Amino acid sequence: MAADKVDPIHQFQITKLVPIHVGHVDLSFTNSSLFMAATVIVATLFLVFASSGRSLVPGRWQLVAEMSYSFVANTLRDAAGKAGMQFFPMVFSLFMFVLVANLLGMIPYFFTITSHIIVTFCLAMLVIGTVVVFGIWKHGFHFFGLFVPQGVPMALVPLVTMIEVISFLSRPISLSVRLFANMLAGHITLKVFAGFVVTLSAAGAVGVAGSILPLAMAVALTALEFLVAFLQAYVFTVLTCMYLNDAIHPGH
Amino acid sequence: MVDRPDGDHPRPSTGGDRAEGGEGAPETKPALAARLERLGASLEAHRSEVAAAKAKGRPSGFGQAIKIASEFVAGIVVGAALGWGIDRALGTSPWALIVFLLLGFAAGVLNVLRAEGKVADAGARLRAAGAEKSRSPSEPSDE
Repeated sequence: MAADKVDPIHQFQITKLVPIHVGHVDLSFTNSSLFMAATVIVATLFLVFASSGRSLVPGRWQLVAEMSYSFVANTLRDAAGKAGMQFFPMVFSLFMFVLVANLLGMIPYFFTITSHIIVTFCLAMLVIGTVVVFGIWKHGFHFFGLFVPQGVPMALVPLVTMIEVISFLSRPISLSVRLFANMLAGHITLKVFAGFVVTLSAAGAVGVAGSILPLAMAVALTALEFLVAFLQAYVFTVLTCMYLNDAIHPGH
Repeated sequence: MVDRPDGDHPRPSTGGDRAEGGEGAPETKPALAARLERLGASLEAHRSEVAAAKAKGRPSGFGQAIKIASEFVAGIVVGAALGWGIDRALGTSPWALIVFLLLGFAAGVLNVLRAEGKVADAGARLRAAGAEKSRSPSEPSDE
């Protein structure tokens, strides 16, 4: 029991809430699914509620919603130009999903869905899939010019092209690992320091006095984690915009 | 957080200016123009400051480490996976894995250099080369 409380990995465990089996496929509704649904509901409710007033002079909620909107719009326009704005719904949805998921994970006892690599990898595959499909649909074979650098000696072109292809294929992995590793490491660190407080304060008066240090650390880490939650949502969005830019303008 | 400094900056500045000019009579036109200019200058200074901070804005060391590591590892993982898959499909057991692992290593290094801005992004480089070519067709594209 006590060991279970201090176990920093325990918070990432998937538990089945409603077991559903279709044939041999396990489609159970887990705590992860629950918090994904919660993320979508919270993000939707927030935006609907915040924009329902539609006042010319925005209130607090409307201001936050408008800021997030223009923030993503500016990021996308900076990275991918005006043509990139056709992807705005997707990019904004991704940003809100990741941001709300990260922030929900900061609430004690809540599950952090972005700390599971399969979730972030699916998001990254959605982005890269869009890039590939849109790039080929829009530019046809010309899209593959992305992989053939110019000004390279003819003998080296096959080698360099292979390296470029692998580099392109590694994008979804690095994109997903970055988000996942940040959230995972942050939550583990937080839990470890919080666990120090519990174990130290069990060791009598000296322990209680000594536990002030890890407590201060845990408080500081909580603030840092909020920063990371925003920053990683932002990084994910920026990289999405950069990759979309490759699909829209794969070299002229 | 990083963005949108424009929203909150002008307010304290105008507040300061208003306090300055508030004691006198209604402002004359040159005074107003000077005030506007001052405001514009301070706004411009703030914007460039923010842009500079954004340009050099290094994330925390930990974030940086994860970024570089994930870029590097991703290249190797993809190379190894590709080689393994080709080996399985064609039955060329160790060879494709060996070759693609090395290629993946190169791709990982390329990813890292690209993430650090030491090598131009493929798309950006192509665009630059295309612009160069359209400007001076006889000139070979720069390296």
